[in-house]
Amino acid sequence: MVPFAGYDMPVQYPDGILTEHLHTRSQAGLFDVSHMGQAFLSGANVIARFETLVPGDVASLGQGRIRYTQLLNAEGGILDDMMVTRLSDDRLFLVVNAACKHQDFAHIARALPDLKLDILDTRALIALQGPLASSVLSQLLPGVELMPFMSAKNFMHNGVELYISRSGYTGEDGYEISVPEHQAESFAQTLLADARVKWIGLGARDSLRLEAGLCLYGHDIDTTTTPIEGDLIWSISKRRRAEGGFPGAALVQKHIAEGAPRKRVGLALDGKAPAREGAEIADSTGAIVGRVTSGGFAPSLQKPIAMGYVDVAHAALGTELNLIVRGKPLPARVVAFPFVPTRYFRGP
Amino acid sequence: MSETRYTKDHEYIRVEGDVGIVGITDFAQGQLGDVVFVELPQAGKVVAKGAEAAVVESVKAASEVYAPVSGEVVDVNGAIEGQPGLVNEDPAGKGWFLKIKIKDKAELSELMDEAAYQAFVSSCS
Repeated sequence: MVPFAGYDMPVQYPDGILTEHLHTRSQAGLFDVSHMGQAFLSGANVIARFETLVPGDVASLGQGRIRYTQLLNAEGGILDDMMVTRLSDDRLFLVVNAACKHQDFAHIARALPDLKLDILDTRALIALQGPLASSVLSQLLPGVELMPFMSAKNFMHNGVELYISRSGYTGEDGYEISVPEHQAESFAQTLLADARVKWIGLGARDSLRLEAGLCLYGHDIDTTTTPIEGDLIWSISKRRRAEGGFPGAALVQKHIAEGAPRKRVGLALDGKAPAREGAEIADSTGAIVGRVTSGGFAPSLQKPIAMGYVDVAHAALGTELNLIVRGKPLPARVVAFPFVPTRYFRGP
Repeated sequence: MSETRYTKDHEYIRVEGDVGIVGITDFAQGQLGDVVFVELPQAGKVVAKGAEAAVVESVKAASEVYAPVSGEVVDVNGAIEGQPGLVNEDPAGKGWFLKIKIKDKAELSELMDEAAYQAFVSSCS
């Protein structure tokens, strides 16, 4: 167990990170992510009002659809990344990172005093991820198998209302399930009764999201990085790029128009030695051009991978760089995200 | 007759004559988790007691392996470079790291014996 954002979290269960990781890629992994923040935001014009805080396009979301976006500060820096679900025209469901949740909710409440923010601190959140997640969950809750990726729906189970999202942070198909805290353990045990389901700890959660090319807040993105530097331009629609209307829009639009001075890139190492967060990135002359923000061994690929920020001149796919580990240069190439193909369920 | 001594950093040294076989303990491999990479020194390298002799990386983290005693590295276990998992499976056997020609056997007395190490591990967990 390790302390994480004020919670005691298991890095790994007895099987270990490698086994847990590969189990999630081949069957179904169960993650306790109850430390994450959940809230409803409701009121008149909630969609337009919420769009003043994030660059994501909430207005174009269909009812029951989910978007990945970021809370930005006035300089276009990322305060947190999050998922927003459009429940109706006047109600959103928000899921934010554990380490940021108190400041996120305070920020939202301060910025949008006309809206009602209901923080769901008595609901647990568990994620079921992997190619068999749908088969497992649909045995308990028929119909979940039909939900497309990034959609949400409520289901009743033994008299308990579950908020189910077909989403996750592993690159696999799967679900995130919000369950009242007193029913969480029994619901988790029900899932674990299926032999295809195993507990997965924080360690494998990190290696899975790294393979999927997804950012870990506070490491790969933070208040000093804009979404464009963070290679998250895909999360900003054409309309929002053009209209702006979110914090730091001027700088974000400048980065979109002219290119950001640096960019988050994927790095595939040629050798076996991993490069971890903090390793410097050098060009072929030895000049330092960036820094690794996440890195490690990719169990699915059986080789090390990393992501980090480099000067835009060194961000093109295929650029050969060196990652400096223990004073030695480890050869690496800039590659596209994700490192491992994602397997989201796009629809029946 | 061999004798095994332990460091507070969870290395072991199994003494066979003038040579000590160095690796990490079962407790250490359990704490590290799945080992995915090891970096070994060149044979012939002279190391001082407590100096970095090798590197072991698990999925979780990188750790140094320190020389339990001073001496010259006379052999390294190339098998764990190709199969780092041996360090988890058999840390005291096939998962050894290196052999040191011990410079001064008096340094061994500064290390823990089996009973002292087991007591030390109990206090760690």
